[in-house]
Amino acid sequence: MYKSFLIKYAEIGVKGKNRYLFEDKLCDQIRYALTRCEGTFEVTKSQGRIYVNALSAFDYEETVEQLQTVFGVTGICPVVHVEDEGFEKLCADVIDYIDKVYSDKKFTFKVEARRARKNYPKNSMEMNCGIGEALLNAYPELRVDVHKPDVMLRVEVREKIYIYSTVIPGPGGLPVGTNGKGMLLLSGGIDSPVAGYMIAKRGVKIEAVYFNAPPYTSERATQKVIDLARIVSKFSGPIRLHIINFTDIQLYIYDQCPHDELTIIMRRYMMRIAEEIAKKSGCLGLITGESIGQVASQTMQSLMATNDVCTMPVYRPLIGFDKQEIVEVSERIDTYETSIQPYEDCCTIFVAKHPVTKPNLNVIRIHERNLDERIDELVKTALETDEVIEIVY
Amino acid sequence: MMEVYLDNSATTKCLPEVAALMTRIMCEEYGNPSSLHKKGVESEKYVRYAKEVIAKCMKVQEKEILFTSGGTESDNIALIGGAYANYRAGRHIITTRIEHPAVLQTCAYLEEQGFAVTYLPVDAKGIISLADLERAMTKNTILVSIMHTNNEVGAMQPIEQAGELIKRINPNTLFHVDAVQGFGKCRIYPKRMNIDLLSVSAHKIHGPKGVGFLYINEKAKVQPIIFGGGQQKGMRSGTENVPGIAGMARAIEEIFSDFDEKIEYLYHIKERFVKGVSVLEGIRLNGPVGRDGAPHVVSVSIQGVRSEVMLHALEDKGIYVSAGSACSSNKPSVSATLKAIGVEKQYLDATLRFSFSLYTTEAEIDYTVKCLSELLPVLRRYTRK
Repeated sequence: MYKSFLIKYAEIGVKGKNRYLFEDKLCDQIRYALTRCEGTFEVTKSQGRIYVNALSAFDYEETVEQLQTVFGVTGICPVVHVEDEGFEKLCADVIDYIDKVYSDKKFTFKVEARRARKNYPKNSMEMNCGIGEALLNAYPELRVDVHKPDVMLRVEVREKIYIYSTVIPGPGGLPVGTNGKGMLLLSGGIDSPVAGYMIAKRGVKIEAVYFNAPPYTSERATQKVIDLARIVSKFSGPIRLHIINFTDIQLYIYDQCPHDELTIIMRRYMMRIAEEIAKKSGCLGLITGESIGQVASQTMQSLMATNDVCTMPVYRPLIGFDKQEIVEVSERIDTYETSIQPYEDCCTIFVAKHPVTKPNLNVIRIHERNLDERIDELVKTALETDEVIEIVY
Repeated sequence: MMEVYLDNSATTKCLPEVAALMTRIMCEEYGNPSSLHKKGVESEKYVRYAKEVIAKCMKVQEKEILFTSGGTESDNIALIGGAYANYRAGRHIITTRIEHPAVLQTCAYLEEQGFAVTYLPVDAKGIISLADLERAMTKNTILVSIMHTNNEVGAMQPIEQAGELIKRINPNTLFHVDAVQGFGKCRIYPKRMNIDLLSVSAHKIHGPKGVGFLYINEKAKVQPIIFGGGQQKGMRSGTENVPGIAGMARAIEEIFSDFDEKIEYLYHIKERFVKGVSVLEGIRLNGPVGRDGAPHVVSVSIQGVRSEVMLHALEDKGIYVSAGSACSSNKPSVSATLKAIGVEKQYLDATLRFSFSLYTTEAEIDYTVKCLSELLPVLRRYTRK
């Protein structure tokens, strides 16, 4: 029954003279998402509206599902097209539409007509009144409320006449590609994919880095991270995933530094390496899934110790989230099931029974000097192991 | 780098001649054995021939062979089909604690359905006691299921004695043997051993995956659990997997030619491996390591190294083994078999299974032992503190 979708977007509307850039990006992202659907579509931008028109048969559910992955979309309105065969026929079509969409007619409504084609014999006001009257006659339970209607029935006169009244919520945010690129530290846990999702939602393109430690971590742990990146890429668009072999650095720290500081020092090296790759790839910041106090390495003292080595801004979108809130997002974006597969990642393999929770930055720096002899060479080697996988959903 | 595949209890490589035969059947002689025309008849010939081959190697009748999708399905038909066909005679089933999940989980399902199941314990070598079995038998016991060869430690059960004992106490009790690991490693003669039902899988003996068979004694009462077009006399509906069945028969023919020499070779390989690893420090071998155990499985516990780490370190050297049993290793849980044979807690998470095939060479064994001895000290140095 539906032939097209009107796409609603919010924040883009206030971007002043840059608005067309945002809208064009949004159209691009919608087109990209629709390549995953059966059917051919045309995405058009006119008079501050974006329409997705189906040019062939299409699968409604699948199409809506894909549109819901496009950041920048706040609402998706399924639209019915009818031929212009006179106003009376139009009223009959609207009555029919209401019957199909709302089985229960106990609601208030308002008609809002709009004429893109001004040669239509009635003006918008006359249309509103005429259609409203026809509806009230057809369904006496209906009531009009022009201030706060339950249903806003829109009728747009174009070459054909468009009727729509329902809004399916979109993910919100800004179209990816309108806001630079960030390097996500992706671990395979629950948090980091959610962090990637949230930053991508602000229009940021994502690259990701994963540290593995064979033979202590398995091929399956790497596959899990690839799977997670793939799910995130459904929203963020293609992701370049860097896989870095971290084993030798980790064992060297194990040999040279106090065991309870292993995790912090390790994370400092991960940040350094991530920043190195980020600079090379033109990223403007690092993204992590850290949240204050969640584990020993995420206390404010630990975060300060980790942050100390970074020169780029580090974005931590989950910083104030509770675990349960993070889990809720991960379930919604469908990364949860994959995240809880029980493969060890390199953060947990040698973790101390009692890691420091309040590391002293000066002490950490002093202990890190124990690594002076070989660490530069090990970092260089690790960077050379960089294996890049292009991930596309 | 040398590639050494020592995970033959998980699966084996398919013989090239088996694969070639299957390709030909799939692409050229693809008829449905139930079809009346020539293409159907030519395809049916493969199914008949396979029955002949299997019947001959176990000295049973051709009509007693039922083709299935493999070990798990065979176990399911034997247990569920056997239990339901005989539930009027009683509702008691006996099995052991070290069965494959295909048997254990099916028993758990039958327990939910109102059957009572006794799980026999095993000793440190993984062997049941016949006295326990005798004590567990009641007049309500309709089915006993004992695995021939354990998949994790290679323990071989006293099947012949168990069969005799069961039939002496109650000739009507069905005796099922899960021989997925044992078939092709020893001679098994169901008639002589009082076995009524015997499960076998093709991919453990260099045949294809997705096919196996269940031997069903002609006198045993078993009812179908899959319904449909009535193929295989209604016992297992569904078009026969002709390429798989023909491939399995070819693999069986291969394994049973010069059988004794082949088994001798497997034991030789196992002994060479056992000798090599025994001298390593902090190593413990589980289950029977001599000729009282299976010729192709050795379970090794390594003090101070988690099995997963050692597994990946060996993988790095081109050596493929499994941690505990492959079938349960994608969900890291403690092995029921290792627990049942009393492996200490510290070793439960540090146990690897090495399993050999006829195509494993002495050089591969020596290389594996050498890698193990080199890796041990390195991996032991880095542990969780």
